[in-house]
Amino acid sequence: MRRFVWGRYWSVVKKEVIQIKRDRPSLAIALVMPLMLLFLFGYAVNTDVNDIRMAVWNQSPSAASRELIDQFVHTKIFQVTASVGGYRELEAMLDDGTADVGLVIGPDYTRQKDRGESAHIQMLVNGSDPNIARTAVSNAQLIVQHQAISLQEKKLEKQGMGELTMPLELETRVLFNPNMESIVFNIPGLIGLIMQNVTMILTAFSLVREKERGTMEQLVVTPIRPLELMLGKITPYVGVGLFSFCLVLFVGTAWFGVPVKGSIGLLVALSVLFLVTTLLLGIFISTVAKTQLQAMQMAFALILPSVLLSGFMFPRDSMPVVIQWLGGLVPLTYFLEILRGIFLKGVGAEALWEEIVGMGAFSLVILAVAIGRFRKKIE
Amino acid sequence: MSAAAITCQQLTKRFGERVAVNSLTLTVPKGSIYGFLGPNGSGKSTTIRMLCGLMTPTTGSGTVLGYDVMTQSEEIKQRIGYMSQKFSLYEDLTVEENLDFYAGVYQLGAAERRKRKAELIEMAGLAGREKQLAGSLSGGWKQRLALSCALLHKPELLILDEPTAGVDPVSRRIFWEVIHELAEQGITVLVTTHYMDEAQTCDWIGFIFFGNLLAEGTPQELIGQMGANNLEDVFIELVRREEARQAAEGGAR
Repeated sequence: MRRFVWGRYWSVVKKEVIQIKRDRPSLAIALVMPLMLLFLFGYAVNTDVNDIRMAVWNQSPSAASRELIDQFVHTKIFQVTASVGGYRELEAMLDDGTADVGLVIGPDYTRQKDRGESAHIQMLVNGSDPNIARTAVSNAQLIVQHQAISLQEKKLEKQGMGELTMPLELETRVLFNPNMESIVFNIPGLIGLIMQNVTMILTAFSLVREKERGTMEQLVVTPIRPLELMLGKITPYVGVGLFSFCLVLFVGTAWFGVPVKGSIGLLVALSVLFLVTTLLLGIFISTVAKTQLQAMQMAFALILPSVLLSGFMFPRDSMPVVIQWLGGLVPLTYFLEILRGIFLKGVGAEALWEEIVGMGAFSLVILAVAIGRFRKKIE
Repeated sequence: MSAAAITCQQLTKRFGERVAVNSLTLTVPKGSIYGFLGPNGSGKSTTIRMLCGLMTPTTGSGTVLGYDVMTQSEEIKQRIGYMSQKFSLYEDLTVEENLDFYAGVYQLGAAERRKRKAELIEMAGLAGREKQLAGSLSGGWKQRLALSCALLHKPELLILDEPTAGVDPVSRRIFWEVIHELAEQGITVLVTTHYMDEAQTCDWIGFIFFGNLLAEGTPQELIGQMGANNLEDVFIELVRREEARQAAEGGAR
């Protein structure tokens, strides 16, 4: 009486497949929305800072000062958008946002440089976006330093000292993402986030809909067991989610050019585990919510923290320990590690076993809680 | 009386302060049609839901087909057929798909499933509508489909909660012919209704109001006891007396 009956489970699967097929709009959303989100976020979530708009007040026009400005432009990080004639004009542009930084070259620049004196240039930075400000300041410093060294070199050469050798030099080699492009880091995370959001909503509605339509009342007077019902409802959506995942994976690699360094097979296998986890989370919501509207609200209440706590936006290492623990309660956290590990580092299952166990444990716990919450009663 | 299909002693259900069913004691003999009557909100549906295992009684005890309603609701569910007053099948599935789904849930084998489906489609007169979506059926057809789904697994007891509410007279007549046929085959039927012509054809009648069982007996006995002309008068007289009694109690307090 109490054992799992495959026949009953299979009846639920067949019924759900028919219902999914008849509900074309929902199916279309489940398949197309991840792609739309990937395109949208793929372009929107970009922390690379390029083309910082720079207004220049050059009070000492000469070949030397223009050379300096060219150094800024050559890096591709800065672009000169305006030439101004005074502080007031410069500040106005920073105020209304038509320029991010202002470069001020004083009237003595060329003369001081020719004489070999120390020349000063000033940069005004709009610091309201710290990311842009940091990039601007550190790059400006590098550019000016570089220029200063090359000037010094020329001077010494003129004095007959020969070529200058650096007493100290740092050689860096960036692994996994050599060009440090944020898209290579973001796309794998986005795939995880999108799959979570889309699949959780699919099942969050499933039991609630039966409650709302009254079909649950007929179902609970049958001998069906909660586990059979829940797994039966999830199974078809694993297929839908997997198809959608492969679509997103293909676009992520083909369109955005983010390569998968590790095993695709492992990636797909672990994605199935993740899909099952989020679908179970959806079912859990469905056992708590009384209406579809409530289910929707609860799903969103889970999605926002998962974006912030999982390490999708901000690195988890810099979070307070308590927040890191909370992040450990979000399945997306584990999946992001897995995705980035396989995508960027090309690691295998042996390096990811902690995440795999974490996600597996999470799905079992949430399944147990959902079954515990689901009563075959109408109260 | 050979054996009882349903017995309950002092069955009570409270929702917070409100008493929906008050210490109900009744017996439904096997193979009979038991009509459960009472005004709206009198506790009929709550009683039925407790007997089906959809709700847990607050206090009291009861057995359905020999199984305890408190602890053995899963055993009961395998042996009863239930039909609620609201259509509760899948409107986005066809007639046949609904039958197939419930056949699977009740674990009918392939041969058995084919046989029962054919029998029930024949019985309900649904032939030719197998591929029609349940949602597009009219009220009478929906009820007959729901009855078919409830009968797939050959239940010993059929519990029907206002099966004919909002159904046209012709469909009502057909529906009740089926119910009498089932009773002749030995199936016990517990049915609630507001139609007194339907109640008249039941073997037993129980009358419930404000959660209390006010009268029980065969239709003829009840009419005789009350000195009334028909069941409708019995119904109205019982409601009038009970309301008067409650008003008197309220005044005395």
